[in-house]
Amino acid sequence: MAKKPLLEFTERGIYCARGKFYIDPWKPVTDAVITHAHADHAYPGHRHYLAHHLSKEVLLYRLGEIQLQTVEYGETVLKNGVSISLYPAGHVIGSAQVRVEYQGEVWVVSGDYKVEDDGISTPFEPVRCHHFISECTFGMPVYTWKPQMQIFDDINNWWRDNLHNNRATVLVGYSLGKAQRILQNLDLFNGKVYTHGVIENTNEALRRNGVLLNPTERITPDSVKEDVRKGIILAPPSSVGTPWMRRFQPYSFGYCSGWMAIRGAKRRRAADRGFVLSDHADWNGLISAIDATGCESVYLTHGYTATFARYLNEIGFDAHEVHTLYGVDEEEASPQPSPGEGEQENTGNGNDKNESKVLSSDSYRNGEDPMAIGLDEAGGSVS
Amino acid sequence: MKAFAQLFLSLDETNKTNEKVRILKDYFNAVPDTDKMHMLALFTGRKPKRQINSTLVRTWAIEASNIPAWLFEESYHVVGDLAETMALLMPETANSSNKTLTEWIAEINALADKTEAEKKLWLMESWAMLDSQERFVFNKLLTGSFRVGVSQNLVIKALADVTGLEATVLTHRVMGSWMPETYTYSQLVEEQDTDLNISRPYPFFLAYPIQETSEKQKAPAEVGAALGAAADWQAEWKWDGIRAQLIKRGGEIFIWSRGEDLATEKFPELHPFLNALPDGAVIDGEILSFQNGQPMPFNVLQTRIGRKNLSKKILEESPVAVIAYDCLEYKGEDIRYKIQTERRVILEQLQAATPYSEVFRISALIKFDNWDELGSIREQSRAMIAEGIMLKRKSAAYQVGRGRGDWWKWKIDPLSVDAVMIYAQKGHGRRADLYTDYTFAVWDGDKLVPFAKAYSGLTDAEINKVDYFIKRNTIEKFGPVRTVKPELVFEIGFEGINKSSRHKSGIALRFPRILRWRHDKPKEEADTLESLKALLGE
Repeated sequence: MAKKPLLEFTERGIYCARGKFYIDPWKPVTDAVITHAHADHAYPGHRHYLAHHLSKEVLLYRLGEIQLQTVEYGETVLKNGVSISLYPAGHVIGSAQVRVEYQGEVWVVSGDYKVEDDGISTPFEPVRCHHFISECTFGMPVYTWKPQMQIFDDINNWWRDNLHNNRATVLVGYSLGKAQRILQNLDLFNGKVYTHGVIENTNEALRRNGVLLNPTERITPDSVKEDVRKGIILAPPSSVGTPWMRRFQPYSFGYCSGWMAIRGAKRRRAADRGFVLSDHADWNGLISAIDATGCESVYLTHGYTATFARYLNEIGFDAHEVHTLYGVDEEEASPQPSPGEGEQENTGNGNDKNESKVLSSDSYRNGEDPMAIGLDEAGGSVS
Repeated sequence: MKAFAQLFLSLDETNKTNEKVRILKDYFNAVPDTDKMHMLALFTGRKPKRQINSTLVRTWAIEASNIPAWLFEESYHVVGDLAETMALLMPETANSSNKTLTEWIAEINALADKTEAEKKLWLMESWAMLDSQERFVFNKLLTGSFRVGVSQNLVIKALADVTGLEATVLTHRVMGSWMPETYTYSQLVEEQDTDLNISRPYPFFLAYPIQETSEKQKAPAEVGAALGAAADWQAEWKWDGIRAQLIKRGGEIFIWSRGEDLATEKFPELHPFLNALPDGAVIDGEILSFQNGQPMPFNVLQTRIGRKNLSKKILEESPVAVIAYDCLEYKGEDIRYKIQTERRVILEQLQAATPYSEVFRISALIKFDNWDELGSIREQSRAMIAEGIMLKRKSAAYQVGRGRGDWWKWKIDPLSVDAVMIYAQKGHGRRADLYTDYTFAVWDGDKLVPFAKAYSGLTDAEINKVDYFIKRNTIEKFGPVRTVKPELVFEIGFEGINKSSRHKSGIALRFPRILRWRHDKPKEEADTLESLKALLGE
């Protein structure tokens, strides 16, 4: 008799029928285990959330009042006899892989992950399992990352070069994850770090969670333009080309993303500098991570699933493509410029209202340029 | 080569024109003269000859990358550029090479008489000694697919700053068929006599469109308001053929197309009249197929353009003639400085003297007293097999490039149909990994018949939306092509329509492009093949 698998793919998300819970569901459910706080994994509207305790404040900031239980890495939670435990995924602060075990059968859901230690997220830890559900955002061999220190050397040199040429420095990256990773690796002898409100809100949430971040200064209408232009400005993708950004002209604008590995994508973004820096595993990282699980079968949820599955099957894995909604909302999951992201933001994501409430009260408090905030929401990748 | 690779990278890293000019100047100032000339050749579209065919380069690149061939192909579709794909897929090396651009190109050219095994050995060793950015430009040189995001104008501007010469002079000096191996930097700068001068064409003067896009029409009154008195302007038909410059100097003849291709041998019918011209004459005109004294649509000319051998049959079916617009050189004197009407008189004299008036035609002047009248004459363009009307200021000299002010083209409105998108393919370059190349269909009964491909016309935001739709509404994949759920309707514009036995639909369009996305139309309301065929005008 064929046994029903412990985890299955449903139209609401990854489901454990035995334990009666979902992992990263995209439609409202009773019991949700959340790998990390990015919008395409942490949807609003579930009755109960379980996540790592470092995700707590960001989840509350992004989703408002939710019923949230948080745990440490390695700590076991039992749901209807099924044991659940979280392991570091190295993607962003608080991101986790979810290990699910019942009667000796082990499944691991990777969420998003990277294998390089970024110095701020708890480093990725391979977990032995029978079945591994993996992302493969960059599952093409043209994506291979350089060690991050090389990239940060380039970034710091570019900042210095801008200072010499009296150009402001604007560095764009996702507000949760990329922004903090950059912040911790900047050469602060160059100058101060200024942040866009959306990034600073995330920083504040993380600091409330006890995360030690380098000092930053929120940009407000009272900020002295000439001071800000001597520092570095961290901004989310949605701020590109807005009046908010334009007021710092002349500037050089850099973009941090794995998609920058390809010239075409870089030219599409029209960035002055593209820095190849990703919070996802590259081609070799994905293969080594999957190999380290010792899994019997691997399920690929998002990214270049067809290509990557075919390759894994050729080199001896049992790989399958599955359809999920992951990667749809996340900034880095799509090589398209912001208008596309804005469009995608609206697919099945009910938290727009919530986010805009948080933002507008924030902007009121800081007296920020309402125009810029409005565009942020339209840009979409803020949540 | 390091400097050249860095040049490429730096140019990629800025969108600002001034910055690009500065980077180009820095390059010119830093490298030896021979490298300057090679760079100039590459940046003005003079690619080195391909010494290893691209199938072999691909095969060896797959070997060097150590991945299956299918995965290499998939990667290529994601990257959208072969040279870049190969550079990205090969393992990183710690090696480095100090060879100059000139040395590398010399090595590539020396492959001409090497065996396949020798070529392979050389290529594998070369790849192993270059870092990934150098490898990328090296692959570009090797595969001859050299395109940079820098216009020739910018390169000339930088060179003008470096040399202190006028940009128009330099534009002229870099025209024609020179080789960086023999044309030296000092010849370029000092303009000592070289053999090149005899064949060298002048830079073409190009007209500026009156409508910024073909979708923004201008009424005659608006044209008048912008251009002033009708009497100051000379009007001609805008012919749809190959713009060319025809040269007779030192007893030799040369025919240049606008893309700076020497095309003398492609048009043997024109040789007698050229040989009969007085020495030191240069004519600007349009080459078209003619039959019984009537110009033929462009697609007739197209049948003979790509051919290596012009068979008797082709010469009979598609005989060409030139419609002369202008005279740029007369009796060995550069007369571009003379005003339009003076040059016209000289052109008319030349043409009147030819015994070959069937092949050496002259572009007739359109008589008109006011803009309204010209506006209604313009309506007859399609019947004249013309694309619209050309307007030239009578008092203007013949200038360099596309300038606003003295030459205008007033094209006719495009024809259009509403069509359904049925196939999609990923684009290249800036559009890599995005579905941007679409095939459109119209109804034939209850079937959708493909009739045109179009790549342009949508905004970036629209492209993203269409790409998003395609990725979620794919019915089938055939290699890089996706069959898409027929749902999206677009208005497709085109300049002309002709019968074609090579297409399933039986028709071929000239310059099809997307005019707009018809969000308001369901697919059932797209046009029919019948309505398209009605436009054939038969």
